[in-house]
Amino acid sequence: MAEILQVIHSFGEGLFGAIWPLVWALIKINVLMGPVMICVSYLTLAERKVIGAMQVRIGPNRVGFWGLLQPFADAAKLFFKETHIPAAADTVVFLIAPTLVLVPALLAWSAIPFAEGVVLADVNIGILYVLAISSLGVYGVLMSGWASNNRYSFLGALRSASQMVSYEVAMGFSIIPVVMLAGSLNLTDIVLDQKDMWNIIPLFPLAIVYFISVVAETNRTPFDLPEAEAELVAGFFTEYSAMSFGLFFLGEYANMILVSALATILFLGGWLPPVEWLSIIPGFVWFAIKVGFLLFVFLWIRATFPRYRYDQLMRLGWKVFLPIALIWIFVTGAAMHLFGLA
Amino acid sequence: MLVELIFYLFAAITVGAASMVVISKNQVHSVLFLVLTFFSTACLFVLIQAEFLAAILVMVYMGAVAVLFLFVVMMIDLDFAELRKNTYEHLPLGIAVGGVMLVEMVAIGVTYHAPEHLAVATPTPEGVHNTLALGRVLYSKYLLPFEMASLILLVALIGAVVLTLRSRKDRKRQDIGKQLARTRDEAVEVKKVKSWEGA
Repeated sequence: MAEILQVIHSFGEGLFGAIWPLVWALIKINVLMGPVMICVSYLTLAERKVIGAMQVRIGPNRVGFWGLLQPFADAAKLFFKETHIPAAADTVVFLIAPTLVLVPALLAWSAIPFAEGVVLADVNIGILYVLAISSLGVYGVLMSGWASNNRYSFLGALRSASQMVSYEVAMGFSIIPVVMLAGSLNLTDIVLDQKDMWNIIPLFPLAIVYFISVVAETNRTPFDLPEAEAELVAGFFTEYSAMSFGLFFLGEYANMILVSALATILFLGGWLPPVEWLSIIPGFVWFAIKVGFLLFVFLWIRATFPRYRYDQLMRLGWKVFLPIALIWIFVTGAAMHLFGLA
Repeated sequence: MLVELIFYLFAAITVGAASMVVISKNQVHSVLFLVLTFFSTACLFVLIQAEFLAAILVMVYMGAVAVLFLFVVMMIDLDFAELRKNTYEHLPLGIAVGGVMLVEMVAIGVTYHAPEHLAVATPTPEGVHNTLALGRVLYSKYLLPFEMASLILLVALIGAVVLTLRSRKDRKRQDIGKQLARTRDEAVEVKKVKSWEGA
């Protein structure tokens, strides 16, 4: 592997000279983004298939074998539709907003380790970087709602933004004990710290708090208040059409995969196998299995639960999850002190 | 060379966005430019390898503070003609305040020699990365100021809640415990209705 890389480097330096580091960075980004985007598009198909099965339907099965080409058909449709911009809209902000939803969801992937050493940027504040970048998605939502100049959009954006900000608090606090146990903000260190026991065992309540909070963060059912179609048409993206709508759509699914990957790293031991003798299966496969399971839970939740009422949603975040997370920080600290782990 | 180029790029974006905050006619655009200023400042922090400060800047100022700014600014209806009406009346005062600040900044700029001061101010911590070093200093040497700051923030938090809290007698609050304690037996009553007689 190292030899092949050496050959590629020397070839690239010969071809591009001084700008080779830039080109190499671009290549690495594409190698990462390609699979992520393919996963995103196939997640949309998986969602329709899974929910179809749960509702005793077949789901999409016309385009390609078993509907496997459906995501490409959807993408082609979105590309060829007309992008409609409302006359009273703030055009520039209106057009920037969808990219601001998708880009943070993709940027955060650069710090996610897929297996030991398989990470684009192994920064030592990994978890902070991911949280900081993904907290920027709220701007896309607010900007789209405001720029559309539409009451439904604006109300949807306000709801969504306050929901995302509120649940970010509970989510952030539920991650602190994980960092305390690992003694590091680096995602690779956090995974390696779980070699003996996955974090989900000592921190079970927090894993639940984290998972429900990220369902709310990604605006998924049962917390999809921002797009409550009965009252707000489609929430903040009411006025969007064609690919600008598609970007919101992609952003939502990219975020789902991102938070599932993060949950795997924080609580389910990342690429580590559940028992030692199963380590003949490569870590990458374990990581994919765990992320896939969490994504299935996302779809399962969507097919199962009705939508929350807005005041119930706020109550759950601030009055239930936040106290649980705060108490568990103290419990973790006390336990670490008693067992001499600190 | 490349790092310097990137520095000047981000610095230019920071200064440009900061001036747009003041110049821009639309108040929402102003806040959005402020957000861009924060972000490129965070990028500058990354360039001097203060990645912890960069992440905190993005999380706290962009993820929380500026979102609240944006919330408020989006919802208030400002009349700009009204705001600009007295511009020339206040111009002398504005020039005076701005002039004093300019003189102060020039004075600092003349006497402060960045490279020497920076060399003294940021000794590289040995063997530990800067997040750990920062944490150690914050929780030992500066523990008291740190706790004081958090106490002041807590007081501000409670103050904000007290200011906006009002209890009205006629509002209908839901007691979630009561709601959850309800069972089918007390909520559903099955009645037999004879055909053609039920109203």
